Amino acid sequence: MKLKTALLGAACALSFAPAAFADRGTDGEVKFTFPQAVSIMNPFLSSGTKDVYAASLVLEPLAGFDADGVIIPKLVTEIPTLENGGISADLTSITWKLLPDLKWSDGSPVTADDAVFTAAYCMDPAGGCAQLSKFDGVAKVEAVDASTVKVTFTGPKPNPYTAFVGALSPILQKAQFAACQGAAAPTCTDPNNMPIGTGPFKVTGFTVNDTVTLAMNENYRDPAKPAFASAVIKGGGDAEGSARAVMETGEFDYAWNTQIPPDSQASMTAAGKGEFVVAFGTLVERIEMNMTDPDPALPEGERATAKHPHPILSDIKVRTALSKAIDRQILSDVGYGAGGKPTCNVVPAPDAWASDNTGCIAQDMEGAKKLLDEAGWVPGADGIREKDGKKLHILYQSTVNPIRQDFQALVKDWWTELGVDVELKAIDPSVFFGGDAGSPDTFQKFYADVEMYANNSDGTDPETYLSQYQCVNAPSPENQWQGENMNRYCDPAYDAKVKVLTTTVDVAERQKIAKELNDMVTKDSMTVIPLVHRGTLSAHSNTLGGVKINAWDSEMWNVADWFRVK
Amino acid sequence: MLTFTLRRLLLAIPTLFVISLVIFLLVDLAPGSPMSEIPLTVPPDVRRKMIEALGADQPVFVRYVLWLRQFFWVEPATLFDGWFGTNWAGGEQRILSWQSRAPVFTIIGQRIPQTLTVIGTAYLVGILIALPIGIYSAYRQYSLFDQLGTLFAMIGFSVPTFFSGTLIIIIFAVTLGWFPTKYDTNLHVTDWASFVKQLQQMAMPVMTLGLANAAVISRYMRSSMLDNMGMDYVRTARAKGMSERVVVLKHVLRNSMIPVVTVIALGIPSIFGGAIITENLFGVNGIGAALIGAIHASDLPMVQTLAFIFAVLIVSFNLIADVLYGLLDPRIRYD
Repeated sequence: MKLKTALLGAACALSFAPAAFADRGTDGEVKFTFPQAVSIMNPFLSSGTKDVYAASLVLEPLAGFDADGVIIPKLVTEIPTLENGGISADLTSITWKLLPDLKWSDGSPVTADDAVFTAAYCMDPAGGCAQLSKFDGVAKVEAVDASTVKVTFTGPKPNPYTAFVGALSPILQKAQFAACQGAAAPTCTDPNNMPIGTGPFKVTGFTVNDTVTLAMNENYRDPAKPAFASAVIKGGGDAEGSARAVMETGEFDYAWNTQIPPDSQASMTAAGKGEFVVAFGTLVERIEMNMTDPDPALPEGERATAKHPHPILSDIKVRTALSKAIDRQILSDVGYGAGGKPTCNVVPAPDAWASDNTGCIAQDMEGAKKLLDEAGWVPGADGIREKDGKKLHILYQSTVNPIRQDFQALVKDWWTELGVDVELKAIDPSVFFGGDAGSPDTFQKFYADVEMYANNSDGTDPETYLSQYQCVNAPSPENQWQGENMNRYCDPAYDAKVKVLTTTVDVAERQKIAKELNDMVTKDSMTVIPLVHRGTLSAHSNTLGGVKINAWDSEMWNVADWFRVK
Repeated sequence: MLTFTLRRLLLAIPTLFVISLVIFLLVDLAPGSPMSEIPLTVPPDVRRKMIEALGADQPVFVRYVLWLRQFFWVEPATLFDGWFGTNWAGGEQRILSWQSRAPVFTIIGQRIPQTLTVIGTAYLVGILIALPIGIYSAYRQYSLFDQLGTLFAMIGFSVPTFFSGTLIIIIFAVTLGWFPTKYDTNLHVTDWASFVKQLQQMAMPVMTLGLANAAVISRYMRSSMLDNMGMDYVRTARAKGMSERVVVLKHVLRNSMIPVVTVIALGIPSIFGGAIITENLFGVNGIGAALIGAIHASDLPMVQTLAFIFAVLIVSFNLIADVLYGLLDPRIRYD
């Protein structure tokens, strides 16, 4: 009888294939390849995307985001809101209810204490937690009962979905990490590499910067998932090699971050073994204008500070002309292919938050020339524009990166056509982004006229991101050149509007203010000239089903639903 | 000979100390920060706290002395404890990688096997190809074989591995589908099937590196053979009526091997050093890939420790090459 039932069951399972309702562990192994290898499986000690994504197969937050950026429950019964009483009326606390009978992969129950511990772990001043900003404004986290977690904030918090939400802020198991708090955090090699989680998989083997092997979690909350019995993440190499292993040789099922030149994208797709998928988050490649004078003749301590406004770029007509001369569509096609689209916004997504500002997309060389004429910059004998005997010379810096060098060359061509003398500079990324106050080449010091890099807002709500352009955030000698307002843009009206944003609760109103702020730094003042809205290009095999690329959470956010197409 | 060896060993100690200091300062003064790979969404004060937690904000000499203590006392003691179950290290802090927070020597231990198997095999294959080519090319100088050998060596010399490697991948993996492009470090050879798999995944990196190694060594072998072929003792040997085989393979070859052995011995440390480009290309993830990954991430403890281990290896193999001279050529004695 039992055999008969089993056979019937098997027959049924087969007849439903390739439906996503396959039983747990029936689809063999799913193989990932990352061009950068995984270093550690604890997102609190590394904010490298490779580590966060790998950890997301194992560790889960209370709630995450779906492919549209909408918040969805993971370990909780529902998303707390003002309506259901989960968020207090004065916006100072949020209460999460854990799912009943939730278990860690080792079989022990998940309780509110684990969340309380996780908060204490990250907020410990000696721990060096990389996700500390997720706990910004958190006064205390307490366990109301075994399955209820209450987060209290120091003041009203319009966006309380930060702590325990998204792949950057998962829950750790208290029993495993109890001895790893504070200064001991980095020394806990085993827990950091093989954390116990609630996700669809558990770690079975970890070699640093090489391979992670995982097996399905028998205690996963959905008894029918995951479809794969095991998973492996192989790291190292380059984007081209990873893409090839999925698209051409078919050795792997999923390759994250396969940012390769558009012509290679086309030829690999032609092999017919897989497809590229793009997640458009908020990453924008942009040129930032320096509003202060980086002249090396100025004394150190005054160079590139608010004391000396930029002699050329302080004029909005020059900034506008420089932006008008650029053909963003060509840049996007040359550099990113399917992985990019031209944009005029610093907040390009989600749609509800993005301004309808598209005025910069069409190139307008004649208009740009006219603007420079109006500004008093007229062509000299050598074709370079000059004003009061001073040449229109611009130092344009960026990082060493083949696409950025292509962009620099293209933009230089356009600006030269405009009559601007452009000098290019490429800096090693580890120096440029290194933030070393002693180096003259960091992007904070900005000892150049314009600089190009990419930046993004963390999550769907751009409040923190937009507040970076406040006067107070300008890097200067006084703050050891720390701060995110590279342009030294300073507009009291902008600062005031940011203040309003931080206290506004109504989402529609927040979106309206965010769009206004976006327009102030882009089309109204031309302080930032956005170029390309960049997506993350990943590749998956045609035999892998259920992939829904997501820019707002881990790309593997729904790995439990992935299955083998038979 | 023994005195010579001992003297050289003693001399190596101050040399290595100076090297360690120079490496430490060079790596430390090089621009870059362990925080440069962190997304811009992480605010500056959080970055500062992360640096403090790593101990990266300590003055350079404090870190140097700590590193010396960890390298020469804590790590050997930990190793000893691991073997004999003693407790010499007393739970002291080992050298931790900033990038992965794992002990540097654990990472090296995980990676040495791949490097030795793949790069070592490639070196061996290179030598086995190079010696016959070099010998025969010299014996039949300017023959067709010699010309072909020269062509082969020139290709091996001048084509960089990132090009030849990619070409090999496209031919053997993409078009023919014989070999995997990514090396599986978790593969354990337990039976015939897994052994074949291991051979398959080693084939392409070994081809790429073997070509480059063989090119270098075959040229040394050829020129060294040519130097000796015209010597008086060769004519004497022939006049005594010895067969060509004995003349070439016994008399000439043995004398010609002296400079070649030096080249081979001095190349051995580079096996441990791995092959940065080839390892990355084929996903071998050995020492070379670890080094370049650590340099990219400004993981100073990892870079410093690896660079110093290479220094130790180079100093030791220089000594070994010197001792081998004496064995190959009885006229060379250092006492």
